[in-house]
Amino acid sequence: MKNKFFSFIGKPVERVDATAKVRGEAFYGDDLIFPGMVYARAVRNPRPRIEIKKISDKKAREITGYLGVVTYKDIKGVNAWPVVMKDYPFLPEKEARFHSETVALAVAETLSAAKKAASLIEISYKELPFIDDPLKALEKNSLKIYGKDNIFSSYTIKKGNAIKALKECDFVVEGEFKTNYQVHCYLETQTATAVPEKDGSLTVYSSTQCPFYVLDAVSAATGLPNNRIKVIQTVTGGGFGGKEDVPALVASHAAICAMKFERPVRLAYDRKEDFMSMSKRHPSWAKVSYGADKNGKLKACVVDYVLDGGAYSTLSPIVLWRGAVHAAGPYKIENVFIEAKAVATNKVPCGAYRGFGQPQICFAQESLIDDLADKIGMDPIEFRLKNILKTKDETATGQKLDSSCGIKELIEIVRDRSKWIKNTPTSIGDKKRALGFSCTYYGVGLGAGGRYLDRAGAFVNIYKDGSVKVDVGNTEMGQGALTVLSQIAAETLNASMENIRISEVDTSKVPDSGPTVASRTTLMSGNAIIEACAPLRERIFLTAADMLKTSGQKMFAYGGYFYFKDRKVSFSEVIRECWGRRLKMSEQGWYVAPKTSFQKENGQGDAYVIYSYSADVADVEVDVKTGEVQVKKIYAAYDVGRLINPKLAQAQGHGGILQGMGWALYENLVIKNGIMLNPNFTDYVLPISTDAPEYDISFKEKLYKYGPYKAKGMGEVPLIGVAPAIRNAIKKACKAKINSAPMTPEIVLEKIGEEI
Amino acid sequence: MKKFKLECEVNGKKVKVEIDSSLRLLDFIRDVLGLKGTKEGCGEGECGACMVLMDGRAVNSCLVMAVQAHQKRIVTIEGIHKHKYGAQLQESFVKEAAVQCGFCTPGFIIAAQEILSKNPKATLDEIKEGLAGNLCRCTGYENIFRAIDKARRKK
Repeated sequence: MKNKFFSFIGKPVERVDATAKVRGEAFYGDDLIFPGMVYARAVRNPRPRIEIKKISDKKAREITGYLGVVTYKDIKGVNAWPVVMKDYPFLPEKEARFHSETVALAVAETLSAAKKAASLIEISYKELPFIDDPLKALEKNSLKIYGKDNIFSSYTIKKGNAIKALKECDFVVEGEFKTNYQVHCYLETQTATAVPEKDGSLTVYSSTQCPFYVLDAVSAATGLPNNRIKVIQTVTGGGFGGKEDVPALVASHAAICAMKFERPVRLAYDRKEDFMSMSKRHPSWAKVSYGADKNGKLKACVVDYVLDGGAYSTLSPIVLWRGAVHAAGPYKIENVFIEAKAVATNKVPCGAYRGFGQPQICFAQESLIDDLADKIGMDPIEFRLKNILKTKDETATGQKLDSSCGIKELIEIVRDRSKWIKNTPTSIGDKKRALGFSCTYYGVGLGAGGRYLDRAGAFVNIYKDGSVKVDVGNTEMGQGALTVLSQIAAETLNASMENIRISEVDTSKVPDSGPTVASRTTLMSGNAIIEACAPLRERIFLTAADMLKTSGQKMFAYGGYFYFKDRKVSFSEVIRECWGRRLKMSEQGWYVAPKTSFQKENGQGDAYVIYSYSADVADVEVDVKTGEVQVKKIYAAYDVGRLINPKLAQAQGHGGILQGMGWALYENLVIKNGIMLNPNFTDYVLPISTDAPEYDISFKEKLYKYGPYKAKGMGEVPLIGVAPAIRNAIKKACKAKINSAPMTPEIVLEKIGEEI
Repeated sequence: MKKFKLECEVNGKKVKVEIDSSLRLLDFIRDVLGLKGTKEGCGEGECGACMVLMDGRAVNSCLVMAVQAHQKRIVTIEGIHKHKYGAQLQESFVKEAAVQCGFCTPGFIIAAQEILSKNPKATLDEIKEGLAGNLCRCTGYENIFRAIDKARRKK
């Protein structure tokens, strides 16, 4: 068969969901109406930590339309939300552990009645002592709120003898770094609706990245078996990790209410509730040391990494693991010693956020590497190129890298495009301008940390008219998955894009495909689709060849048509013939990620199946009088394997960069004495249109042999290296070494002051 | 609750309905008229997801009471295609990949419609300035600027 050209892979195909979205015809969670639907509203813990004495709805009963209160006593299943560990109850029984934790729910006929009732439900409580500082929580004599030591989870990664090697180094740098929370600020807040069906089953509509997490949680909370619950993902207005685990909690609350009152129940958070009670990027603390010999060769890296987990463990153990695995940076280093801990505090539980524990440690490590280059007297890019990981090199966990490793080329690309050679700070009045660099890598998929979940299914059903329905288990949340997966299906079947329809996930149609996280959807669902399409493709191509009276070898297939000499048949015509021949026109695919060998005991082995890479140069202007930092331009280069859709990949770059910039410069959540002080868009500052820098994005497609059409993963790499690149540019521009994020004008000014 | 006889025009159609006077314009559009394209992102006028045109001016409908729309012309995302730039904006948002999760998109298109109808020669900087009341967490804004600029050139 002749087919040198891709029809859809690598093409800037338009998003399949964009037209509905620009017309206001895409229906999100709160846009759906169900007959008889009522509303739930959370009653929240008013203090950081309390012992619950009594919950009374006496006053709420006066409200017209009030149906009743829901507490832990209404849970028919098990009162433990199944995430990684099971320490988070769906609703607390005796103790609430963070301010704004849902303690009960008020249910009423209208939203306004539910709000009013919730405000009148009284929690009698005894205030308990609390802890809000993770470093204090680690002290020997601290108040213990989790186990014997307040540690949810810890990891050690050990290669060679880093402590000893560090002592023998000619150049050593050490630094302490802190980063603050980041709030996802997806524009659509958490929303779920639970609808009891006539047969006693339950349908749950959820704005989520992970419908199967919702299924597991609702099943645990209600006691209903998996096959009597259907979770349907609604069009999802952004996720970024914030709709990984927590939608399961919101949906479970809606489900508990729906079971009690036997009515469809809508639970939609307002922005303030969403800020106060939903997951965040973990605040972090890190102490890092690097050592190099006199030739500028990296010899040792020692890291002590602490994440502030908040009141319940949720995803902290795996966020921590990813951070620990990547903590030494994308360099060849013989001696590595990394210790990482996730610690309990009485604050909002932290979880997944684009980058998953890696941006924090990358900020520390890429800042310090830059300082080490300064100390040695080498150019920071030259120093990195000398030590960067290449094919067949080993990572900190001893993983030998596959051929799909393009980080060296990425560094060269951004160096050349930014004209780095001339990186001499310029100055006009109070404004100092310079470039800063960082580079990073990101393990695609769940890796060894989530090896049991790293599989995905797909169901492909071709109808008689040639239209194709593909069901997948990973979700669209804005990143473009529906489009990219449609391209993969269309390419593999030689259908046209118009033939393919993939919609939001329905857990009753496809097996558990794990979460939509870790930049894994293209890889996992993409491969599952190819698996399902492979036998269909064979039938379709044989039938087409028959129809064209030739062999498969001589036929040419492209863009939904099959050609031989001057004859052609369309995909739909071939499908009609396939049905006429009574061929099987539906198949299921199942893809299991390749094995990983990482061992928790020594922190060594293959941690991930493959890595994506990025390099960033930030062109930054600092006003030394006000401390204000303006990012003029970001030069970024990514190696994410084959680009399935270059236009959407570039758009992921833009969005990731600006989120990274927000975290680096503006976004500053304040929690004081356990209470959040700025849970809104007025006081928590997001980047707006006029903050957006100029973007200069390049790609190097280092093909990954096991990827669908040799792709890797795109979603997260663009965010990770932005903050340290900005930090290093500020340092170059005005000598201020800032070891904390966000780098607000106050902090910049303070550091400039120290340097003078 | 106090009632009010609201008369206005929504997407070119006359609407005459008795409403609670405490209703926000956003709730009137979404819950009374059932036009779900207008979104609530924050309820505080910070994000712009709920923007509609009121007599040609883009307003955050979460901060406007429904009674304030009395005798006024309202245009929502569902009716924007009938206006100069509207359909063009929708098309170029699709073509330029200016849409990701899409939740902010209706508000951006409404804001863009106001920018271009008031200033058909808007420069890129004026477009950026005009969008300062709309938050997008997905796109980094770049493709939105491009889409609006393209729609402007086409008209």
